[in-house]
Amino acid sequence: MKRTNLLLIALFILEILSVFFIFPKFPESINFGSKFLPWRLGLDLVGGSHLIYEVDMSRISDAGRDSVMAGLRDVIEKRVNLFGVSEPQVVSAKEGEAYRLIVELAGVKDISAAINQIGETPFLEFREVIGSGTSTQFLATNLTGRYLKSAQLDFNQTTGGPFLSIEFNDEGAKLFEEVTEKNVGKQICTFVDYSLADCATVQEKISGGKAQITGKFTVDEVKQMASRFNAGALPAPIKLISQQTVGASLGQESLEKAVYAGAIGTLIIILFMISYYRNFGFFASLALLIYIPLTLAVFKIIPGFTMTLAGIAGFILSIGMAVDANVLIFERTKEEIKNGLSKALAIEEGFKRAWPSIRDSNASTIITSVILYYFASSFVKGFALALLIGVLVSMFSAITITRTLLRAFIKNKI
Amino acid sequence: MNIIFYRKYFLGISGILILASIVSVFVFGLKPGIDFVGGTLWQIKPIADSQQLTIGDFKAFLEKELLIKNFSVYSETESQSFLLRMNHISESEHQDYLVKVKLRFGDVEELRYETIGPTIGKELRTKAIWAIILVLFGISFYVAYAFRKVSYPIKSWKYGAITLITLFHDVIIPTGLLAVLGYFKGVELNTNFIVALLVIVGFSVHDTIVVFDRIRENLIISRDKLELKEIINQSINQTLARSINTSVTLVLVLMTLLLLGPESLKYFILIILVGVIIGTYSSIFIASPSLILIRGKKA
Repeated sequence: MKRTNLLLIALFILEILSVFFIFPKFPESINFGSKFLPWRLGLDLVGGSHLIYEVDMSRISDAGRDSVMAGLRDVIEKRVNLFGVSEPQVVSAKEGEAYRLIVELAGVKDISAAINQIGETPFLEFREVIGSGTSTQFLATNLTGRYLKSAQLDFNQTTGGPFLSIEFNDEGAKLFEEVTEKNVGKQICTFVDYSLADCATVQEKISGGKAQITGKFTVDEVKQMASRFNAGALPAPIKLISQQTVGASLGQESLEKAVYAGAIGTLIIILFMISYYRNFGFFASLALLIYIPLTLAVFKIIPGFTMTLAGIAGFILSIGMAVDANVLIFERTKEEIKNGLSKALAIEEGFKRAWPSIRDSNASTIITSVILYYFASSFVKGFALALLIGVLVSMFSAITITRTLLRAFIKNKI
Repeated sequence: MNIIFYRKYFLGISGILILASIVSVFVFGLKPGIDFVGGTLWQIKPIADSQQLTIGDFKAFLEKELLIKNFSVYSETESQSFLLRMNHISESEHQDYLVKVKLRFGDVEELRYETIGPTIGKELRTKAIWAIILVLFGISFYVAYAFRKVSYPIKSWKYGAITLITLFHDVIIPTGLLAVLGYFKGVELNTNFIVALLVIVGFSVHDTIVVFDRIRENLIISRDKLELKEIINQSINQTLARSINTSVTLVLVLMTLLLLGPESLKYFILIILVGVIIGTYSSIFIASPSLILIRGKKA
């Protein structure tokens, strides 16, 4: 009996903590949940854009690809940060032979401007020249826009013509030094977005990481180039191949409706359980009310968990399934009472006998949700993870929470 | 309730539903979603005080002024918006269309815009197929595990076979519904639908297994006293309350989600709802009566 009461108190404390942990609208002083871990909401709830870019790696050697991907990620991140997107997600992914860049922009008001911003990122590369005349060939070097630190407009002191003065970062300066050392007396050419911008003959090895791109540009062109380069230049060209955008108002509406429907659904289940199972139903409902914040707390505590609309749907589905275990237990208990056991004994027996059914009946849902999770599109992932966690917590809830409640409150009476 | 006695009627109802589903799939066809073949989905809502825009006007505009080929438009009454589906377009085409729409009809709000290239479509298709195969395998192993103990007078593989047959029953009927919805409402066979089907599969299987478990339990207890038909009937009735009640809670939740929940989940929820109801029906009225059929004359 003492153990049951202890469990009851522990559950109560866990529950209070969960509620404070998940609910974002308490006054500052007691609102510890969103202070150190705010809810991460998916693009389908806050509005935003999910973009997939294909990276053209055809000109990059196998060994250099990983560093190019890392460079791309940095540059794009810098770009969208400039645009004022809060916490942009830029992830690189490899799908078979294809290299992808997945960009998630949440809550951007003018998404097309952000997409243009990414699209306008220039692709800068330096190439060596081999041969001459008609057999001239340009050979790509490792030195690309990725290593650019800054760019600015400058004027030639003697001719007065404009040129672009660029500075590499440390890594880039080293690469530039290597490339120039290798090509003393030969030409190095600059390509911007695949077109030849400028060629210069290397007089000597250049250290310090500073270079000029003169070309035949107007002042305005150089100015524009400088601002584009300052926002980051790509180490490889990219192409937008998929876009999913949800408007902020639709997202907000979806969130409100889903939460509302979930609350009403829970209420209806509670009414059903109490009207059908009476006393037992009351405790099952209590267990359900404990289950909901507990599961939400588990969601929130998982690192990187993003709550999507599909996730909410999966969770609400799991609320419907969570009662399932209680129904199994109560039906079994009823049978045991019919067989002549006392209420307290029948409850214990009901739990014991219903457990294999509960375990087995959840097994198929667990199998399905685990496979769906690896199915990997973001809609499916959110749904499958929420369903999986929901089902696992519901098994714990049926066996621990409902049993503790029944033991503590029903057994005492008999 | 004597379910076994009336089995012909129950099997008949299912037969008709399955036939209707197959016919509607063949007649209406299934529309592959843009996530499986690539394409664009664009949902726009005219801002309230701009001029009244009818679906006919909008269609004519898309056809004659934007010169879009192969598109379909549906109006969504609840959000007062239009849902346009067309081929995969680039971002500059998208912006170009948007400007023209705004010029012609006044300000609009873009609720949703998705465009998926054919490569991504192919990948998602492959992944979906793999998910289906893996779930079917996983569930089959699970069924094999659940029926590992051989019992008399029905061989254990027969329980498994019937479980898988009812599973197809539960999947074919929602697919038929999708074909009908596709024809009238433009609902597509997309990732969401596959997910819904797999959830139904997981749910339906355990429902059937619970009934079969009880049949085996009762066969051991009262094999000598009662006829097989009676034992099966008794088992169904013993698990009836449980079968119906666990589904009722799920159905109640799905109903509220369908009626009050977000529009974008509507058909996803509807398919799961129908699947859960069909799955419950089949575990009570189809699976066990089929045991009598498959038993043959020997037992």
